[in-house]
Amino acid sequence: MILRKTLLAAGALVALLASASVGSAKTAAPAQQSATKPAPLCNTKLLTLRPHYPDPVKPLAGAASSLSGAGSTFVNPIMSLWASTYAKQGIKVAYQSIGSGGGIAQIQAQTVDFGDSDIPMLDSELAAAKGGPILHIPLVVGGVVLTYNVKGVGAGHLHLDGPTIGKIYAGEITKWDDPAIKAMNPNTPLPSENIAVVHRSDGSGTTGVFTDFLTKTSPDWVSKLGGATTSQGKTVAWPVGIGGKGSDGVSALVGQTEGAIGYVELSYAISAKLPYAYIKNRSGAYIPPCTATLAAAALKTSFPADLRTSLTWKPAPNAYPITATTFALVYQNQTDAAKAKALVNFLSWVLTTGQNFPASINYAPEGKILQQKALSQLNKITVGGKALVNIPISFK
Amino acid sequence: MATLDSLGGGSGSLAPQLRRRHRRNRGMTYLLTLLMAGIGALLIWILSYVAIKGVKAINWGFITDTPPGNPDAAGGGFYNGIIGTFEIVGIATLIALPLGIGCAVYLNQYATGRIAGVLRLVTDVMLGIPTIVTGAFVYALWVVEFGFSGFAGALALALVMVPLIVRATEEMLRLVPGDLKEASLALGVTQSRTIVSVLLPTARAGIITGVMLAVARAMGETAPLLLTALGNDLFVETNPGQRMSTLSLQIFGSATGGFVNAQNRAWAGALLLIAIVLTLTIMARLIARKSAVRR
Amino acid sequence: MSAASHRAETRKAQALHQQRLRFADTAFRWLVAGSATVVLVAFVATAFFLVRKSWPALSHYGVLSFIDSSRWTPSTAVATVSHPNPYGVLQFVYGTVLTSVIAMLLAVPVAVGLALYITDIAPQQLRRPLAYVVDLFAAVPSVVYGFWGIFALLPVLHPIADNLSSWLGGIPVIGGVFAGPFFGPSYFAAGIVLAIMVLPIVTAICREVFAVAPVSEKEAALALGATRWEMLRMSVLKRSTAGIFGASLLGLGRAFGETIAVTMLIGNSVLSITTSIFGQGATMPSVIANEFTEATEPFHLQSLFVVGTLLLIITLIVNVLGKLVVSRISETIA
Repeated sequence: MILRKTLLAAGALVALLASASVGSAKTAAPAQQSATKPAPLCNTKLLTLRPHYPDPVKPLAGAASSLSGAGSTFVNPIMSLWASTYAKQGIKVAYQSIGSGGGIAQIQAQTVDFGDSDIPMLDSELAAAKGGPILHIPLVVGGVVLTYNVKGVGAGHLHLDGPTIGKIYAGEITKWDDPAIKAMNPNTPLPSENIAVVHRSDGSGTTGVFTDFLTKTSPDWVSKLGGATTSQGKTVAWPVGIGGKGSDGVSALVGQTEGAIGYVELSYAISAKLPYAYIKNRSGAYIPPCTATLAAAALKTSFPADLRTSLTWKPAPNAYPITATTFALVYQNQTDAAKAKALVNFLSWVLTTGQNFPASINYAPEGKILQQKALSQLNKITVGGKALVNIPISFK
Repeated sequence: MATLDSLGGGSGSLAPQLRRRHRRNRGMTYLLTLLMAGIGALLIWILSYVAIKGVKAINWGFITDTPPGNPDAAGGGFYNGIIGTFEIVGIATLIALPLGIGCAVYLNQYATGRIAGVLRLVTDVMLGIPTIVTGAFVYALWVVEFGFSGFAGALALALVMVPLIVRATEEMLRLVPGDLKEASLALGVTQSRTIVSVLLPTARAGIITGVMLAVARAMGETAPLLLTALGNDLFVETNPGQRMSTLSLQIFGSATGGFVNAQNRAWAGALLLIAIVLTLTIMARLIARKSAVRR
Repeated sequence: MSAASHRAETRKAQALHQQRLRFADTAFRWLVAGSATVVLVAFVATAFFLVRKSWPALSHYGVLSFIDSSRWTPSTAVATVSHPNPYGVLQFVYGTVLTSVIAMLLAVPVAVGLALYITDIAPQQLRRPLAYVVDLFAAVPSVVYGFWGIFALLPVLHPIADNLSSWLGGIPVIGGVFAGPFFGPSYFAAGIVLAIMVLPIVTAICREVFAVAPVSEKEAALALGATRWEMLRMSVLKRSTAGIFGASLLGLGRAFGETIAVTMLIGNSVLSITTSIFGQGATMPSVIANEFTEATEPFHLQSLFVVGTLLLIITLIVNVLGKLVVSRISETIA
């Protein structure tokens, strides 16, 4: 008797719970995407930027049919697009998006054919590589954006600058209606919500780029982290916040957490339909991240010989301040001829025909100079002492 | 209870005390029944939540397609993960089955006193080793030399399965009546033949149950594979010497991302995985029920 | 052929046959002994390789320095500097213990109640099905628990956590443990999912412990006029405290080692210890899972192996203790 009654009650409870939970399965609703006009900088015409670089490299014969790579989540969306498009030419590129730190670790240990990292390898990391010198080959230009999930603050309505972001991530600004944020956003209704800081829990090049920007712009960040050497890098000692794995993990957390702010690569924010902030650049303007402003940051930069460089905080008037390129990490002296040929085929395709794809998913193709310099890196790849290709390089 | 109640009904101080005790008894019974129902409801909630979210996303393409290049794109599936799961768990079973049964036979038929005690302790302890630690061990042993591969993942899973198989087989062998063995030996059959042709077949149902439960467990594992097979997001890889993906790894990767389409695929994957594991578990229990040797 | 030579032939054939049988028998014995050896070796090898991989870090920084510090800052590690140790593991121990304690506080009472219900209160035909229902919890893979936890459980926990932190957050000494704000991923959320995951094993062992309570004592209590609840309390629960303790130990061991569901729900904050249960943290398994494939800083990978070794030791101790306690129960009563 007791049993039957309680079972009936339980049954009703179950039905209620199940329907309610699935119905309310929508996690904390992301901030409304109000239909704001795209800033004139981010003109739609420019979004279809395709450089149509000529491809002087004929695919080498005798290339392996599969390549394995691992590393940055920053590059994963465009890398996946490249890999699935290039698979039609006979080479399967299996890329595992485990973070730049993972990419560096795997290429050091030679457990993958190429790694990928958004910040160049440190001298100590290069020294620890088992197979000799490593080439940095920049593949594409992308941007790190600050996404947020704040009630009533829609897309394009949040302006932030480096010092303020630094204070938020140092834990010194804890509420969205803090005077510092309000000062930059006089017309936006900021709620009195706690800021849920979200950062990366894995070794991340995106973190490296982001903290590089913070180190250049926020003295509070630098002092909280104990100096300029420890305030930037693939992992830092985050004073506050929730850790997400990969850029996709961060965008998931931001979407699910009311009052959250997080840094991700631009295409992740757009795919997750999260709004992102306009950041004040070196010329003083609040710049939205998009293909045009990312390309502006990479256009007139001079590059060191080994191409290990940073693209953040550039002085160009329309440059987005947290721009970065991502580097394919390849051993200069290859031992497996088939794999080496496959690498050269794939990378030369990426650097020429492949540059037509980034703009369609909110990355930016490389400017002419950077693209040529990247191609010239391929000329340095040798097998048994002999270079594999000799790509004619022209610098205008 | 009713008779005692009426017996004590007359005295003044006894009756309310008795009523109180009965109330408490009824209350506790209600509470425990509610608890049981609540736990049943919790299980139904979990399973139905996964089922509802998964059914929306599952279709034939899910089982036959690989994930789309752009994780945000709709469609695609976990074909490579499904192949990977069956291949890696298959190899793991091929390794763990003979090892596990052999070890259990040794424990039951040949080992004496101290050795048996040590062996039993070791297998019990191995049951409790966190699977992430097993993965780290296989990384240190195998991956640093040979790279990430499906085979390394299979090694790690085999290490997880062996103690389960050993324990199940040993328990079943212990339940086989001793007369069977003695009769066989008396007829002149060698010990090894006895074990292989008499004891093991008798315990067959229980051993199959144990193996199926171990397989179900291995299919659901993610942590050790993170460190050994690493995963292979885009392509179907059938060569176990290469990195492979599994259903559990793909669910893990797609679930924690912010892409709704990836999450939908993850729900479909979760539904499929639960369906496979539950089917194995329930089938194993059914076989155990019908076995000749009962607890 | 003569009868004698025919007999000699048969005897030779028989002797050969016997020899072959003995050979097969010995071979079989060696084979199974071999498998047992492989299993033993695998176990020893696990411990050996773990310690070997952690040794460089242990000798560089000193064993105690790992347990002394609760700051985990791989980014500050320098190969030539050995003090202070940037790889303090104390907070992972804290995270592991905190989530497991939350899990046991929730799971043990529920498991005891379920076990009582299944063994003594439920109608006879329902006993096995109900036991299956509880065991089914163990069949759900960890990654599915984590996934379900993020989407189904966290929204439900939000109001509960907000209420708890507003009621209890103000209390002077223990208020810090319940301090908000609650963002979702937290020790609390991980602890609750852990509770669900250890429930089947604790319930199963409690069921076995309760089942060996002598029937005669139960009948005697009932005959003397005890209500069923009183009988259960006197004859079953009171003599089962050790068994419940053992079951809790085994559940604890399981909770210590759980990786994926915890990683998905705990917030992955590795800097230092956060006191509030609504704060983010990390556990020993979760930091290994998160940082393993990309530990490029000096001694980072080796320090993760230190964490793994520590986890192995702690889990082994708890499991062996639990097994000892539970096996003693079935020995004395049965």
